[in-house]
Amino acid sequence: MVKKQKIRKEKAEESYCLGIESTADDFSVGVSTFKGEILANVRSVYMPAEGGIHPREAARHHAEQANTALREALEKAALKPQDLSLIAFSQGPGLGPCLRTGATVARALASYLDIPLVGVNHCIAHIEIGKLETGAIDPITLYVSGGNTIVAAFEAGRYRVFGETLDIALGNCLDVFAREAGLRQRRSMPLGALVEKLAARSERLLELPYTVKGMDVSMSGLLTAAVTLLKKGKCRLEDICYSLQETAFSMVTEISERGLAHTEKKEVLLTGGVAANRRLQSMIKEIAREHDARFCVVPSEFAVDNGAMIAWTGVLAYMHGVVTSVDQSHVKLRWRLDEVEVPWIGQMHLS
Amino acid sequence: MDRTNASQLIKMGAEASLFLADWHGRKVILKKRLPKKYRHARLDEQIRTYRTIHEPQLMHQAKKAGVPTPTIFFVDVKNAVIVMEFVEGKQLKQLLNNVSSSERKKLCKRIGELVGRLHKYGIVHGDLTTSNMILDPAGRIVFVDFGLGEASKELEARGVDLHLMRRALQSVHFTFAEECFTSIAKGYANVVGEDTTRDVLDKIRDIEKRGRYVTRHEENNGD
Repeated sequence: MVKKQKIRKEKAEESYCLGIESTADDFSVGVSTFKGEILANVRSVYMPAEGGIHPREAARHHAEQANTALREALEKAALKPQDLSLIAFSQGPGLGPCLRTGATVARALASYLDIPLVGVNHCIAHIEIGKLETGAIDPITLYVSGGNTIVAAFEAGRYRVFGETLDIALGNCLDVFAREAGLRQRRSMPLGALVEKLAARSERLLELPYTVKGMDVSMSGLLTAAVTLLKKGKCRLEDICYSLQETAFSMVTEISERGLAHTEKKEVLLTGGVAANRRLQSMIKEIAREHDARFCVVPSEFAVDNGAMIAWTGVLAYMHGVVTSVDQSHVKLRWRLDEVEVPWIGQMHLS
Repeated sequence: MDRTNASQLIKMGAEASLFLADWHGRKVILKKRLPKKYRHARLDEQIRTYRTIHEPQLMHQAKKAGVPTPTIFFVDVKNAVIVMEFVEGKQLKQLLNNVSSSERKKLCKRIGELVGRLHKYGIVHGDLTTSNMILDPAGRIVFVDFGLGEASKELEARGVDLHLMRRALQSVHFTFAEECFTSIAKGYANVVGEDTTRDVLDKIRDIEKRGRYVTRHEENNGD
């Protein structure tokens, strides 16, 4: 105990936070300084032999990989466990078994090192890392991934949701379609990227349902229609991929533009796994241009689920008095980002 | 479209732009659905044409249902323009923030009654927000912007409609959103009856469970 404190004192100029991300198929460990310098961001992705993510199988992968990922992250950051001042983990939303695995590792580390623990909202972490990496200050964010499709912006103490999906997420829609089409995920090429590649070979728009309801979108009808076209076997796969992308991306762009027009923010941030798609980027860029807003897109390393975003958001929260005691550290499978108080915005947070 | 003078942009929305203009000596709103460059040209045209045709039809139907809407003067499908009455008055969005709690409840109850009339008649508005409601000098609440509406008596469509209303309240009037929604539900029940209201509210709970709308605490016991 005494020894540990001594070590920490010697490194008083800089403090470090280790963040653990495990909401879905990724187990990732990141290290951030308290000033927002990312020192490590190690990812291990669970690859199902077939089908989508099986939560328990993914959790088993996470448990097996946790040790290696932790060690690798600390090595990259050139730190010893004792150098850490804070442990952050993604507390939700996500898949139960996966979240619990990450939370268990985080609790164990924090207890062993006797340092504070912070539970981070995964969706907020995507926004915060986007802001850190792009220099955006107060953006309207379109966050699109396998599990989430959200248009959010900061208003009065919290991130507020200005639009979202009423059913499945954009990334999920693309993934399920790709699997139905027999496409196989590879380590260098996620399913969404395969759809994008095929779509780039077509310019033929097939009619698919376009569903915007108020500020929200609905993707399930679109997916069903695309799969039906596929099963009929009369259309080229390239054309269906193209039409699916055009329709789905136009829908999320329309609600993003609504959010932008409504909030009158001066920056538009695109984040989450689907942010890597060039066609979606070009659409969001266009609405940003029309509304005189700056277009910001997260670099792909930080667009996908990653531990660095958890570490950095943990730092922001901790520096504004947020600490999660172990008995409050249960995972929250459907934790909405608009339930979270965000005390670090509107104040100086970089000392 | 002739004799439309001095149009002045009053709102550049995401879905359409509104211009204040003089049309044959009347003060009117030109609702123009400008092409969106981000969309595929044909998809863009389909969406704009569809909404330009359906919006006036729904607004006309809404009147029959007993819900005040701006009068339509002219529809130019080719250019995706609707010419309609300019409604004087105050947006409920501003109004709700500046009245007493009891006045707010009264207004919300009336909103609920109007939504009830729409639904009973087979119309869902598709974008129920307090910016799409205007209190005119005669004291009527006028519903505008039916661009995302549809003709439907489905429970699902009604549920989504009211769910969107609640969400809009939460993002704009977060301090008293729930209080407002309760009053809206009361007014709604006055028109469609308690049974239908209960079904619709149950449906909203369904919808909320479907997306990521709730924290389900019972799921948190396993760790």
